[in-house]
Amino acid sequence: MEIKVVKDILGANDQIARKNRQLFDKNRVFVVNVMASPGAGKTSVIMETIKRLKGKTRLGVVEGDISSSLDAEAISKEDVPVVQINTGGECHLDANMTAIALGDLPLKDIDLLLIENVGNLVCPAEFSLGENLRILIASTPEGDDKPFKYPLMFHEADVVLINKIDLLPYVKFNVDAFSKTIRGINRKVKIFPVSCTTGEGIEEWVSWLLGRMGKD
Amino acid sequence: MHELAITQSMLNLVLEQAEKAGAGKVGKISLVIGEMTGVVARSVGFYFEFLSKGTPAEGAVLDFTETPTTARCRDCGKEFELGEFDWTCPHCQSNNMEIIGGKELFVESIEVE
Repeated sequence: MEIKVVKDILGANDQIARKNRQLFDKNRVFVVNVMASPGAGKTSVIMETIKRLKGKTRLGVVEGDISSSLDAEAISKEDVPVVQINTGGECHLDANMTAIALGDLPLKDIDLLLIENVGNLVCPAEFSLGENLRILIASTPEGDDKPFKYPLMFHEADVVLINKIDLLPYVKFNVDAFSKTIRGINRKVKIFPVSCTTGEGIEEWVSWLLGRMGKD
Repeated sequence: MHELAITQSMLNLVLEQAEKAGAGKVGKISLVIGEMTGVVARSVGFYFEFLSKGTPAEGAVLDFTETPTTARCRDCGKEFELGEFDWTCPHCQSNNMEIIGGKELFVESIEVE
């Protein structure tokens, strides 16, 4: 006997993600899922964002890594509540791991929660966590051909931060061509060229983020 | 690498549907996987064999339909498959397009006994 199913394989994850979102909405927390390949600058962008927003909004961080708590330790020095998720080999965070981590965060006292996903440009795109905003950090030394290799990630991103623009004189990366390629398949995307080393562009990103928080 | 989690999720869905139908055995599972998802069919097959052991889906045949990444041009309205390193409309050379296929990741049907 044949049974028609036609159901999304990741439906169970999406269901938990919707529950997370309800919890975020109830506590008025704006949630950003930060995705990138390893070394693109996820932790640096989070640190720079924290430094500029401290005192303006109440922050919290979830750190996703396959193992270690190095990043969480660095962030806790900023006096921001942080929870570490070690995925134990899984290459992405999922809604359930996030739900468990949320139990360890004072959600009522957080306005902006930054979730650092596992460094990977494939898998995290599939797994919604219940976030309001998906940001993708692409760094200039990685090259400007990344959208062709990881189209889903660039299609799903609400924001792309082009990081390490201070290295543009030394690497092969055409910011205009790169931005044009992404906008071709993703009309809603916001693109910010930044450098966490020199601070260039960070203010623009952070001001935009603050404005965006008020709209959800 | 996400294939492990995806296969587990797929198996849970299949077992749930089979149980609902009162079936004792699943013979075939038809899956639709879009190119954009980056899911490797062979890898799903490998994990499935391992994860389904001892369940009613053990030994089921996996039938994959792989769908290409397709776009509709926002300027001329024509549909086309996205090139590997060239995202322009082959009809009017515009690069303003909407992705309309390639993100699929679902169980189409199952055959049960």
